[in-house]
Amino acid sequence: MPAQLIETNTTPLARVDVDPVTLDIIENALRNARQEMDAVLFRTAMSPGIREQHDEFPLIANRDGKMVVGQFGSFIHGFIAAYDGTIEEGDVFLTTDPYSCQGAISHANDWLVLLPIYADGRHIAWAAMFGHMTDIGGKVPGSLPTDARQIYEEGIVVPPVKIYRRGELQQDLLKLILHNCRLPHWNLSDFNAIVAACRTAGRRCAELSRRFGDDVFHSAMDELLARNRRAMAELIRNVVPTEKRSFEDYLCDDGIGMGPYRITCSMWREGERVVFDFAGTDPQSQGSINFYLNEEMFKMFCGVFMIMVFDPQIMFNDGFYDLMEVRIPPGSLLKPRHPAALSCRTHALGRIFDIISGLLGQGAPNLMCAAGFSDSPHFMYSGYDRDGEWYQLYQIGFGGIPGRPLGDGADGHSLWPSFTNVPNEFLEAYFPLRIDVYETIADSGGAGQHRGGNGVRVGYRFLEPGEISVHDDRWLTYPWGVNGGAPGQRSRKLLRRADGSELRVPSKCDRVKVEAGDLLLFETWGGGGWGDPLARALDAVALDVRRGLVTVDGARRYGVVLDADGRIDHDATEALRARLRDERGPLPLFDKGGSLAEILARCEAETGFPPPRPPEFGRHVARVAGAMPR
Amino acid sequence: MTDSYRLGVDVGGTFTDVLLIHEQSGALYAAKVPSTPEDSSRGVMHGVERVCALAGIDASAIAHLTHGTTVATNTILTASGARVGLVTTRGHRQILQIARSFVPGGLGAWVVYQRSEPLAPLELTIEADERIDARGQVVQALDEAALRAALTRLAREGVEALTVSLINAYANDLHERRVRDIAREVLPDIPISLSSEVIPEMQEYERTVTTVANAYVRPRFARYIDNLATEVARRAPRAKLSILRSDGGLASAAAAARLPVKHLMSGPAGGVSGAIWLAGVAGHRNLLTLDMGGTSTDVALIEDGRARLRRETMVGDVAVRAPSIDVRTVGAGGGSIAHVPNLTRALRVGPQSAGAAPGPAAYGRGGELPTVTDANVVLGYLPTAARLGGEMGLDVARARAAVQTIADALGLGLEAAAEGIYQIANEHMFGALRLVSVEQGYDPRDFALIAFGGAGPLHANALGRLMGSWPVIVPPGPGVLCAYGDATTRQRDEASRTFIRRFHDTSAQEVAAGLAELAEQARAALRAEGVDDAAQTLAYQLDLRYQGQGLMLSIDLEADELDDVLTLAGARFDALHEQLFTFALPVAKELVNLRAVALGPAPTVRLPTVPVRADVDAARYAEQRIHVEGRAHIAPVYDRARLGAGGVIAGPAIVTEMDATTLVLPGHSGRVDPHGNILITPDA
Repeated sequence: MPAQLIETNTTPLARVDVDPVTLDIIENALRNARQEMDAVLFRTAMSPGIREQHDEFPLIANRDGKMVVGQFGSFIHGFIAAYDGTIEEGDVFLTTDPYSCQGAISHANDWLVLLPIYADGRHIAWAAMFGHMTDIGGKVPGSLPTDARQIYEEGIVVPPVKIYRRGELQQDLLKLILHNCRLPHWNLSDFNAIVAACRTAGRRCAELSRRFGDDVFHSAMDELLARNRRAMAELIRNVVPTEKRSFEDYLCDDGIGMGPYRITCSMWREGERVVFDFAGTDPQSQGSINFYLNEEMFKMFCGVFMIMVFDPQIMFNDGFYDLMEVRIPPGSLLKPRHPAALSCRTHALGRIFDIISGLLGQGAPNLMCAAGFSDSPHFMYSGYDRDGEWYQLYQIGFGGIPGRPLGDGADGHSLWPSFTNVPNEFLEAYFPLRIDVYETIADSGGAGQHRGGNGVRVGYRFLEPGEISVHDDRWLTYPWGVNGGAPGQRSRKLLRRADGSELRVPSKCDRVKVEAGDLLLFETWGGGGWGDPLARALDAVALDVRRGLVTVDGARRYGVVLDADGRIDHDATEALRARLRDERGPLPLFDKGGSLAEILARCEAETGFPPPRPPEFGRHVARVAGAMPR
Repeated sequence: MTDSYRLGVDVGGTFTDVLLIHEQSGALYAAKVPSTPEDSSRGVMHGVERVCALAGIDASAIAHLTHGTTVATNTILTASGARVGLVTTRGHRQILQIARSFVPGGLGAWVVYQRSEPLAPLELTIEADERIDARGQVVQALDEAALRAALTRLAREGVEALTVSLINAYANDLHERRVRDIAREVLPDIPISLSSEVIPEMQEYERTVTTVANAYVRPRFARYIDNLATEVARRAPRAKLSILRSDGGLASAAAAARLPVKHLMSGPAGGVSGAIWLAGVAGHRNLLTLDMGGTSTDVALIEDGRARLRRETMVGDVAVRAPSIDVRTVGAGGGSIAHVPNLTRALRVGPQSAGAAPGPAAYGRGGELPTVTDANVVLGYLPTAARLGGEMGLDVARARAAVQTIADALGLGLEAAAEGIYQIANEHMFGALRLVSVEQGYDPRDFALIAFGGAGPLHANALGRLMGSWPVIVPPGPGVLCAYGDATTRQRDEASRTFIRRFHDTSAQEVAAGLAELAEQARAALRAEGVDDAAQTLAYQLDLRYQGQGLMLSIDLEADELDDVLTLAGARFDALHEQLFTFALPVAKELVNLRAVALGPAPTVRLPTVPVRADVDAARYAEQRIHVEGRAHIAPVYDRARLGAGGVIAGPAIVTEMDATTLVLPGHSGRVDPHGNILITPDA
């Protein structure tokens, strides 16, 4: 049964005409309110993941739950459909269960807070935000166990509950949840911060409603959605062909010895609607790399990407949702069945963006970006320090932005909105480690007329014995280049022991013991290159070399010959470029670093690890959804 | 007692305003002269001569000369700073390249992100082999020979300024100082900025950017200050030259030249200080300031006569850690361009600006795109008779043609389109005003709005209505306001230190002792500037947070509150946190910084009065057809110079003066106060 909405004022909101200027004013005001949500959160949250890295996503939605401003698109309708209870003024809802909200959040570390906004007793809008908690209990610190087979191993999972009932905090409930977390004071303050951010949005919407009138505010939100739909309809007509196009990419492995996992998506247009079909995607994994992909969220990813590539002037919101249809096979990696483990979904979530780029780009290669830093690699370090106090660090890494039509990709930057690194001095002051190296890796960006950004090398020097976890990908498959651009360099991790021995660390692992004095070199991957490397401006190559972002050897990939001081040898360069041009075949649209078979054959020689076994899909794939009790 | 004078100078794009105050009587003299952009000190000295002649004194009678300047800001905005070399710790050379990995904008914004080049280029960044840990212990000694070799290479590259920013230098500056000593030998003639001197705070990226920004603007800023100091020494030998800091305090010319990064907001700080002082005389201590210029608008909130401070300063896309008056800037000014994107058909205003060249279409200097000024012309708010900058005429036909393109795109009438532009520009400024008020937990209805800058008085009444902030105060002469700020700023010195302790790990006695020590430092600094102890006022501040939070909130304390300092400050912190963020937390509080502030005496100034003249008809010199909210009105046009105290202007009306035009909306009245301010309020 869907949720039951309770209003003390039952006068229906009327649809009225809104003049274009008022509409723009309300749009600006809502955008300000959304930014204010971020500001409140960053200032008051405590976990480095939220306060420094900004792993959170806010939105404001209309009465029906359609996102009017925000990032990831609305998931509120999923909640309304699944929540069996009343919604009243002063209520605040919390859920951390992806299976109870149709994947609005995709692992239980993300705590989703929903707040219905009322004005004069009428429900007028929604505010919502989710943020990643550093720990929610479970079998490993950080609550992202690589080897989990079921969600029950991944810490506490909270179904949709009223955490505030008509304004009153349900203390017992919150106490119960916090009792299950390793760092409850972080969870408490991050939770408070998220609620405060949502309340801020609530106040702003109520003020706007008072200023312009409830009917005008309500109608304006509808009109903003309609305006976006009109713009997107035109965009879709212009850029999506009616013939079917497909693109596939891979997750390298599942952390339990199997891989790669294929994600396939096809796209075509039927009239004004575009269809995305994930048929051909591998079944769900037995491990925890499954990504419960919400269809609406995928629409938002696609819509935003189209807007950014084709017309960044368009303000994005949920208005265009009925112009897209998304088909995801149940039981697949992207729609796993309960109780499949979900915690390590970050790799597939990131990879979706490469797939969207490759899929849309085939129709407009000149506007296509290469493969980027499509993941959020995690690093975790925990243990007891010499005073017997528990320390626990969770950190997100960054890499190379892909080469783009507009120019080079930035070195060592984030593809996620508003994310930042944790200051190294902050790490050193509060955790028993030193950051010996923090730099981008020369030559790791894919060569191209527009170079891919370099990946990042972080050298963690541990000062106390403890355990580390690593979650990363693209150690096997390549961040591909486009339009003749080369792929970027893959990721790798090396543990240099205090005794001088070296250990290659796999891309996904938990509970690796480290001793004081050990050094972990955590290297992320570079972005793919865009366009013919031999067409790159000589000065740009020379400057990269002088800056140490490309080596003298690496410059030869661009056909550029330089001396040790970075001075160009023009004759040698001309000769080299001519020879390379002669030797190579026609430039491919995509350069994935060879076929999958070739990559697997070279795996051990190049990476030091044997190739993963082909995935075995468990019997649960055939199970009918909902047969097991929740 | 001999006569002494203080002098304030504001250098604007067009005019340089100079204000002379007789310290004993408070008598005041003002002069306005053309600015001399190629060397501002010429204009300044010209103004000084003019105002001295007016007062009938010799420049040698000037004891204090105070100046707010935009030279540092402009150096960054126009990318005309020095070639900066940077020394980092081994392994951290790419700190500015990585820039905290931050891509501004929303989801997918990386597709269109255009990264600006760091102020210290990576090819001029070298590494020092050394390491200090988070507690300030030396982990690895500095390799001096290797450093010398790397510095020699920088010398060959022709660096003009050097920055040293080493990891954990906030905890121990030993290696930074040693690097400086060696650099002085290798690069004897260039200025060197140390991160541990400029901003000894945790967070390596922010500290490095701040120090690099300092080095970047330093040669040009120092040259400007030196020129000015030389001229001042020659013409007004007794005058002590002080430069306004971003935080509204004053620094000696020598200190300013060494730490220009603390002066990035020197210009706006002058305006805010002037507004505080001027509105204070008119009896208003709670204020929102609105300084609207050609390309942008600065706003700030003043509570009980004091501006809010924040710990960082933004200039363009450069954010530095230096305290500044909390001035928010939005890209909406008179020159902001209106446009209608094809796909959405939405009306957008700014952030692109026509600037001074080509300027709005109405200026007839080649600009064709519709701007906010053009909308004001179409609506009749800027009468053709208005004298912009004294001589410029307005081309109404060009303005109408430009705005017509917007009207066509939106399917609206000409006036409706102009009104749309006017209102969207207001909405941008409204957003900025909310940021400093509502979003900080203040009710704007408790504040008056004071408007200045060339375009502020045209939009002030509308914004007062949006905010519910009354009265709207329009002081006479928008430029002179900044000079007031310069001339009336109290000398101020502060001493602070990082003191990270949980409450239960320290005591009121320890904190009070720390504050007393800092107070003595601040007092000594002020004594050195010639203010004796009896004339000084002391105040204290603690920066607090809940342990684990990234924020800090500054809590003010008076001298007699130190006995129970932790309890008092803790309670104030909880209350402020609740006011700002709707909740307080039952967790440990942490001290971050202790600070003591010593203030010099407030200067006595007698604000001049205008003659009483209740009749306004004599000032009325034209009529103008204007459009407000879809209706046409006939508005009388008044000459501000001929208005007297007690005069009441009924809206709709327009008041013109040499460098500003004030719009009084229908349903509102403007009353001229004894000092010539126009106070606009809604009619009952």
